[in-house]
Amino acid sequence: MTTEEIPEVESVTGTGVPVRGNDIDTDQIIPARFMKVVTFDGLGEFAFFDQRFDSATPAASRDGDGGAVEAQDDPKDHPFNDERFRDASVMVVNANFGCGSSREHAPQALMRWGIDAIVGESFAEIFAGNCLALGIPTVTADTETIESLQAWVDENPDGEIEVDVAAETVTYGGTTVEVAVDDAQRKALVDGVWDTTALMKSNADAVRATAESLPYVSLDD
Amino acid sequence: MSEGTLYDKVWENHAVAELPTGQTQLFVGLHLIHEVTSPQAFGMLRERDLDVAYPELTHATVDHIVPTADQSRPYGDDAAEEMMAELEENVREAGIQFSDPNSGDQGIVHVIGPEQGLTQPGKTIVCGDSHTSTHGAFGALAFGIGTSQIRDVLATGTVAMEKQKVRRIEVTGELGDGVEAKDVILEVIRRLGTEGGVGYVYEYAGEAIENLDMEGRMSICNMSIEGGARAGYVNPDETTYEWLRETDAFRDDPERFEELKPYWESVRSDADAEYDDVVVIDGDELEPVVTWGTTPGQGVGITQPIPSPEDLPADKRETARRAQEHMRVEPGETMEGYEIDVAFLGSCTNARLPDLRRAARIVEGRRVHPDVRAMVVPGSQRVQRAAEEEGLADVFREAGFEWRNAGCSMCLGMNEDQLEGDEACASSSNRNFIGRQGSKDGRTILMNPRMVAAAAIEGEVTDVRDLKEVTVA
Ligand code: SF4
Repeated sequence: MTTEEIPEVESVTGTGVPVRGNDIDTDQIIPARFMKVVTFDGLGEFAFFDQRFDSATPAASRDGDGGAVEAQDDPKDHPFNDERFRDASVMVVNANFGCGSSREHAPQALMRWGIDAIVGESFAEIFAGNCLALGIPTVTADTETIESLQAWVDENPDGEIEVDVAAETVTYGGTTVEVAVDDAQRKALVDGVWDTTALMKSNADAVRATAESLPYVSLDD
Repeated sequence: MSEGTLYDKVWENHAVAELPTGQTQLFVGLHLIHEVTSPQAFGMLRERDLDVAYPELTHATVDHIVPTADQSRPYGDDAAEEMMAELEENVREAGIQFSDPNSGDQGIVHVIGPEQGLTQPGKTIVCGDSHTSTHGAFGALAFGIGTSQIRDVLATGTVAMEKQKVRRIEVTGELGDGVEAKDVILEVIRRLGTEGGVGYVYEYAGEAIENLDMEGRMSICNMSIEGGARAGYVNPDETTYEWLRETDAFRDDPERFEELKPYWESVRSDADAEYDDVVVIDGDELEPVVTWGTTPGQGVGITQPIPSPEDLPADKRETARRAQEHMRVEPGETMEGYEIDVAFLGSCTNARLPDLRRAARIVEGRRVHPDVRAMVVPGSQRVQRAAEEEGLADVFREAGFEWRNAGCSMCLGMNEDQLEGDEACASSSNRNFIGRQGSKDGRTILMNPRMVAAAAIEGEVTDVRDLKEVTVA
């Protein structure tokens, strides 16, 4: 295969959006009924759908073209509906964000809405792994740091936040705080090796050798 | 760091290389795929002009969107039809075996793998589905992966992973009457929390686990993910081998069985294995557990009072408050008597033959409460046929249950089986998240299959131990 350019993600800079609450699961991030699709295109508008809209029809869904949702949706109070945060790219969340299913539709929806980095107290593992596969850093800090940052974002919706993955810091409004980035994640993002397909494909011979060493594997040749 | 556990050994056997990220490239012995999470991965493969590296180690089924009532093609729902057609094309092109509805072998991916003997001890098993942990019941290392990882596995037969810690969860003693595997795992999650398992693989052990049949072990491993652990397993033993002997893989090939058995034995955790953590739970003390909230960790023994948010750890209070508001429950009360509108007996946690048998024994000779809509959705077509042959389907039908075709159904409401409005559902599934069963105002109460049967009969959450079991003649 051709070697592709995998962008290095040393840092992400942008305005923030606070999404508060512990245990926000993937069913909230992207309700299952929006997953009846064969591509991820257009998922962005369904991010946090049920938190954002009081839909008159519980079965509100995309139309045949995978485009707009049905009309009867009443917007609710949610940061993703708030015009002030419409251009945000750094989401600030609380504990155990992204728990639940393995659906990559969740980070895909967030990414397509505009999120490039997430700062939070903690993340569910599969979710963090899915984010990494998309080049989205998920960095963590303690409860107080997160709450201060969320409060600051509320006050400063146009304020820039810099998530420095390499240095493990987040800088906003003249303050720099330390955050934690999982080692493998940092290396993958900073060195631009988060697209693992190319990396692993190059070990094809070693893969075959491992396969042949396992008693239960029967390969078709 | 753990040493000498099944996890360490299986990991070691499948490690291909160390990646520059520090992750390990792990060989995948069985890749299961379904219609919801695989099409995007096949799309990515096509974009890069890559083939499926090991189609012979890949197996597909359709479960999430498949209608469980009328299954004639094209499906009534265009989106479902499109996903099915896409999967059919992908497996045909790549030469992947497909347990489709016409094969008679279709079902929920975590039910069909074990029943066809694809799931075996010492294998690495992945699927784009978080409940892949189910297969750990056989002593396999099995975990859910995201779509980009599915692409990796399709393209390379491997996945990039970081090694995790191992927590041994030892359940001692004997489970009482009416207490099931489901109650054990709900209790584990209640105690350790929905994020307690993050970074860990769970090894379930102890007398109460060893005495479980394979279906019970599967129910437990299934919900490891609800406890935050990406994988859970039980060491293989005679119960495991007895099951395997009867599967397609070995029924006609006892030699192959004998050939592989030493490998299965070799991956068992050593008696002196080291664990990163050990938790002991007294199985004698357990009672049926039901959830009162909107995460699987918000559970309580059926005779116990619902906790007050103030009594919970600080970081759980807000979630608990919101959950109690959504569920309309009051601290201090028990869940007994909580009125239900729907009873759902199904899902990869509890829709196997013994689950249905136990529930049928409760249902037999009784009637579903007039205000309750009750349905049984078998985990696979094989389970369905077996249940029909031994008369369970009739027992359920006569009592007023709908008897459906196999699929995920109301576990996640991706087909037409959904809660409506604020309906409350007694469910044998694994997730009670808001919106999970198709309605954002819906209320889900997780419980074991016999408890679901009892709730269906009484129209409210009921302690099954108070209902006299009617013995099937
Ligand atoms: S039954 Fe439910 S949990 Fe299991 S695979 Fe289907 S949707 Fe997922």
